[in-house]
Parts: sequence; structure tokens; C-alpha cells
Amino acid sequence: MSGKKRDVLLDPLFNNNPIALQVLGICSALAVTTKLETSAVMCLAVIFVLLGSNFSVSLLRNQIPPNIRIIVQLTIIASLVIITDQFLKAYLFDISKQLSVFVGLIITNCIIMGRAEAYAMQNNPVMSVIDAMGNALGYSAILLGTAFLRELLGSGKLFGVEVLPLVTEGGWYNPNGLMLLSPGAFFIIGIMIWVLRIWKPDQIEEEG
Amino acid sequence: MLEQYLSLGVKAIFVENMALAFFLGMCSFLACSKKVETALGLGMAVVFVLTVTVPVNYLLYFYFLQEGAMAWIHPSLGQYDLSFVGFLSYIGTIAAMVQIVEMTLDRFFPKLYGALGVFLPLIAVNCAILGASLWMVERKYDFGESVVFGFGSGIGWLLAIVALAAIRERMRYSNVPLGLRGLGITFILTGLMAIGFMAFSGIQL
Repeated sequence: MSGKKRDVLLDPLFNNNPIALQVLGICSALAVTTKLETSAVMCLAVIFVLLGSNFSVSLLRNQIPPNIRIIVQLTIIASLVIITDQFLKAYLFDISKQLSVFVGLIITNCIIMGRAEAYAMQNNPVMSVIDAMGNALGYSAILLGTAFLRELLGSGKLFGVEVLPLVTEGGWYNPNGLMLLSPGAFFIIGIMIWVLRIWKPDQIEEEG
Repeated sequence: MLEQYLSLGVKAIFVENMALAFFLGMCSFLACSKKVETALGLGMAVVFVLTVTVPVNYLLYFYFLQEGAMAWIHPSLGQYDLSFVGFLSYIGTIAAMVQIVEMTLDRFFPKLYGALGVFLPLIAVNCAILGASLWMVERKYDFGESVVFGFGSGIGWLLAIVALAAIRERMRYSNVPLGLRGLGITFILTGLMAIGFMAFSGIQL
């Protein structure tokens, strides 16, 4: 794999993370992360939609008239999301119930629009798919990291399996309920960004 | 009847605040909250578009997409269930409504149009708008409730973004650790605001 391709694939993981630096796709990152299981499904759904949309937009990039490109992109994305939603309803009904409206909200997940607009419109399909993969992985890294901390600290479980025995069931761990509520997610992501920027000081913003 | 609407409105504004409890519309919430003025403009545009699109999507769902909904056109159409194209139709409606709202404002209220400016087109991809329509379908609101719900969620979002922008303007005077500056501290602030808004939960009218 040539150097450029590797950069396109790996850059979004830490150097140019869609959530931590580009501020894209935050809504779903926060809402579905109370459990690892739902977040993993959400990641897979986003990977599928992002790959599909970057690939199709890139194939069509010379045919799409510039002034209606947004609606064309939205149509492509919405169709992919409908496929995902129908698939989840058919095979993973319980999880699809838990994700409720957030599957539909992948349509307005800015990562997907953002990458279609910023990358797939200018580059060939192969590079666009690699870019999509990179960004989807960067997104998944933050999502799974947040879900890991929230589920572990909030209910002492990982993937629904008890890791830290709870006080209520004769163990020693007193779960931190805040982690399951919305503020917990904000704090965890805020702290993750802090840690990331201490590690990569060039991402620090000058004036907030 | 009136009390029911009032209680739904209060719930949508405070208890189930779009931005702080459901994380909807977070992208623009974080990106456009550096100044109170822009936050106010964007917030007003969101209120406007939400109040229009939620009822329109209600009509669309209950008269065209729901199983058997098209029986009012012709009984033979009653067997179709189009709810699987829901996402596509909602986002289409939203994009179209945003365009119409934009043109109407430009024609009749040029001053308001100038104030909202670039924010109107951005709203088409704000998750709060699509989210409200999806909640409306999922929770099976009736027409009146969907109007109140749309308006209430818009006001809640407006409140949250204006409050965040006001806090961020004051942040200039504080010494934030380098790595937290900008996005990081905004997340923590939003978390604290979400705790504040949680005080409203459990309020019943």
C-alpha cells in the first residue's frame, strides 16, 4: 500500500479525527453510547453507509450538477440508510428498537455529508472508499471508547456481561449513575479531546 | 385539552430538551455558538423550520406513508404500506420546506432573511429537525400535538444554544488548560448545562 493511501486511511484515526477535530457526527456519538452493544451496531451501520455513499458519490461526481449536489447526496445517503434500517429491523430487532430514531439520523450525520462533499466529490472511487474507511474507523474509535467507559463505569458491564460486581448484587462496585445520563457522555468526550490534544499538541485551538 | 398541550410544550422545551437531553443538532450547536448574535439567528431559524416541518411530515406520514393510509384516495390503494420510504420523504420534505421558507422570507421579510442569512440552508442537515419528525412518528402524536412539539423543541434548542453562546463569550476571561481550549471545554460546559437542565425532569403540569 503506497504512502498516500496509508495516510488517507490512518490520518482520521488520531491526527484528523472526525469527532475530536472536525466536529462532525457528534449527535449519534453521544446518544447511543450507553452500551457497547448498541454502539458497535451503530459503528457498523455508519461504516456501511459511509463506504457506500463515498463510493457512489465518487462514481457519480462528474455527472452530478453542482447546484443540486446536496439533494443528490442526500438521496444516495437516505437510500443507504433505508437499507440499513430494514436490515436491522429484520435481523437485529431488539437493537433496532433501542437505537430507535438514531438509525434514521445517520442521514443527517455530518460525517457522511461532510466526507461526500469534501472528499468524494474530488477524488476517484478507490481513494474515496479508503477515506471513508479511515473516517468511519476514527468515528468508531471515539464511539467505542466512550461506550466502553460509560458501560463499565455506569453499570459495571461490558457487552452486557458483568465485569465489576455491583454492590446491589453482593459485589463491591458502586455504579456511577451519572455516566448513563447525558452529561456523562459530554464529560467523557471532552476529556478524550483533552487527552488527545495533550498527545498531539498541534491540534490545540488558539482562541476558544 | 389546553393543559395537555401546555404540558407537552413544557416537556419539549425543558425536560426533553433536544440539544441537552437527546444530543440532537449537536454539530451546529457546538460550531455556531461562539457569539450570542449568531446563536440567536440560528436558533430562530430552527424554531421556524421545526414548527413548519413537523406538522407537514405528520400529514405526509398519516395520509400517504402509513400502512393503509392511502385508502382515502382510492380503496384499492389501502393495501400499501410505504412507511419504509419514510426517511427519504422526511428529508425531502425538510429540504423542500427549508427552500420554501427561505424564498418566502426573502420575498416578504427581507430583514429577517438578512438576519438568518447563511443559517437557513444549513438547517436542512441539522439532526434536530429530522429527529423531531422521527420522534413525532415514533410517539404517535396527533396533529395539534405535533405542532406544539415542533415549536417546543425549537424553543428548547434556541434556549440551549443562546445560553451556551453567552457562557462561551465569558470564557474569554478564564484561563483554560491549553488542550481543553475550544472544543474540549465546550463539551464540558454542555455537560454541566445538561446537569442543570436535568433539574427540570419530573416536572408535571
